[in-house]
Amino acid sequence: MSALLEIQNITKRFGGLTAVDDLSFDVAEGEVLALLGPNGSGKTTMMNIISGALKPTEGRITLAGEQITGLPPHRVAAKGVARTFQLVKILPSLDVRENVIAALAFRRDALWGQEAQDEADRLLVNAGLSARGGEMVENLTYIDQKRVELARALASQPRLLLLDEWLAGLNPTELRVGIDLIAGLRDAGMTILLVEHVMEAVRALCNRCVVMNVGSKIADGDTDAVLNDPGVVRAYLGTADA
Amino acid sequence: MKLTYGIPAALAALVVLACAPLFVGPYWLGLLIGLAGYVTLASAWALFSGRTGYVSLATVAFFGIGAYTVAVLSEAMPYPVVLLVAAGIGLGVALLVGLATLRLEGVYFVVFSFGLAELVRQLVTWYETSINGTLGRYIFLDFGPEHIYWQLLALAVVTLLLTWWIGRSRLGLALKVIADDETVASHIGINIAWTKITLFAVSAVIMTLVGAIQSPRWTYVEPAIVFNPTVSFMTLIMALFGGAGRLWGPALGAIPLFLLFEWLSANFPDHYSILLGLLFIIIVFLLPRGVVGLFDDRFGTRRAEVQPAASGEGAGK
Repeated sequence: MSALLEIQNITKRFGGLTAVDDLSFDVAEGEVLALLGPNGSGKTTMMNIISGALKPTEGRITLAGEQITGLPPHRVAAKGVARTFQLVKILPSLDVRENVIAALAFRRDALWGQEAQDEADRLLVNAGLSARGGEMVENLTYIDQKRVELARALASQPRLLLLDEWLAGLNPTELRVGIDLIAGLRDAGMTILLVEHVMEAVRALCNRCVVMNVGSKIADGDTDAVLNDPGVVRAYLGTADA
Repeated sequence: MKLTYGIPAALAALVVLACAPLFVGPYWLGLLIGLAGYVTLASAWALFSGRTGYVSLATVAFFGIGAYTVAVLSEAMPYPVVLLVAAGIGLGVALLVGLATLRLEGVYFVVFSFGLAELVRQLVTWYETSINGTLGRYIFLDFGPEHIYWQLLALAVVTLLLTWWIGRSRLGLALKVIADDETVASHIGINIAWTKITLFAVSAVIMTLVGAIQSPRWTYVEPAIVFNPTVSFMTLIMALFGGAGRLWGPALGAIPLFLLFEWLSANFPDHYSILLGLLFIIIVFLLPRGVVGLFDDRFGTRRAEVQPAASGEGAGK
């Protein structure tokens, strides 16, 4: 497998605070990689740097060999990166179908009119929202709003999907449904980088993990090995005498 | 939508309005010209400001540019070419200004847009007195007021059709997404800056054309007349009064307010400015979402076609 996304020596400083410190890792084509770490370790900052919401202070990012470092979000999106957000972001003045059409209408191979309606409905069915297209998105339950967000991200036909705690806040039943949804994407060959605190999901979905602590990478490798790594356990739980 | 009644009704109204100059006297024709001008200005203002939340006081900058272009060029080239040149200058200024300033937010943009109008006025004044050696100019075009009226009426129709079409286009969807959440907008591939600049430019070109078409009415033109900031304020208050987020809102606001302003200026010429100021305050306090918004509140829960970011608490999120 060749690397689709290459993160090379990314550093992000906010004034005196270094949120990401010389971080490097690759995501292979078709891989589902988890970016782990305690709260405040810089995971979401890294997601924002990849999607273009933040510009890195140093370092470079390439997608399929092409530099995307520092491009604004709409250009990163055009290169094939789609994402969901840590706090679910829906478009409240639009209905469910329009939320998805919004992404279809502005992707590189844009759809509009009847074609967009049909494609939106197809994506909604795949996300488990069949026949909900006409509802106002605000009236949906939390997990259904997350489904809308996922359908919207997939509508962009991404080569790389960024999921920022997409499974957070779901109850056990919903969690199983959510894991199955992402597993379906993985089996269809989608490359996914996810930030996640739900270890059950990480174990089920990812064969590889990168762990961050205070901005730096402290582990990178096979999921089981990484999760049992003493350094990783210490970063999450603190040392015994702390 | 009640389009089945709406289209014939609008067409009938248009025919009546187009025939009006054949039946009314010069006073009423003058009134109709002013009305058509402000309906167009308010609709063009709302096309940009009502959909993006950028409250602009630059209306008169473009209006004045249009009027002055006609004053300078009307004897040098045929009238239709003059209109094209005016539109081109308006477009150029709008793109330049848009690129430089649409990253300003809220009150900073308001202040900037007001400053822009003053800057253009001072530049024109400076050019006329220092380089050209005169301040005022005469405009002699050999067509009557009814022609000015018909041109403005046509421009008003084009503006409303354009607003309607944009509401159904990808541009309109981009604007709704931006109004909802700029982060999402940029992450699904919308170029936010260009979306706003496109709309600003369309709105500015229409305003420029209103000034260009109306300018022969004055015969004598000078910067203090065509760059009068009251034009910007009246446009804004008409659009807000009617409801800046709706297709017909600005027109419905412009008609009663224009007639009221005319009546006030005729009957209370000495206190006109004070009364105007009071009216502005009353409207902003009592109808933050416009008359159309009032009807929505009273007669149903139809959701807004756009969430006007300008009146933040109206959206309630």
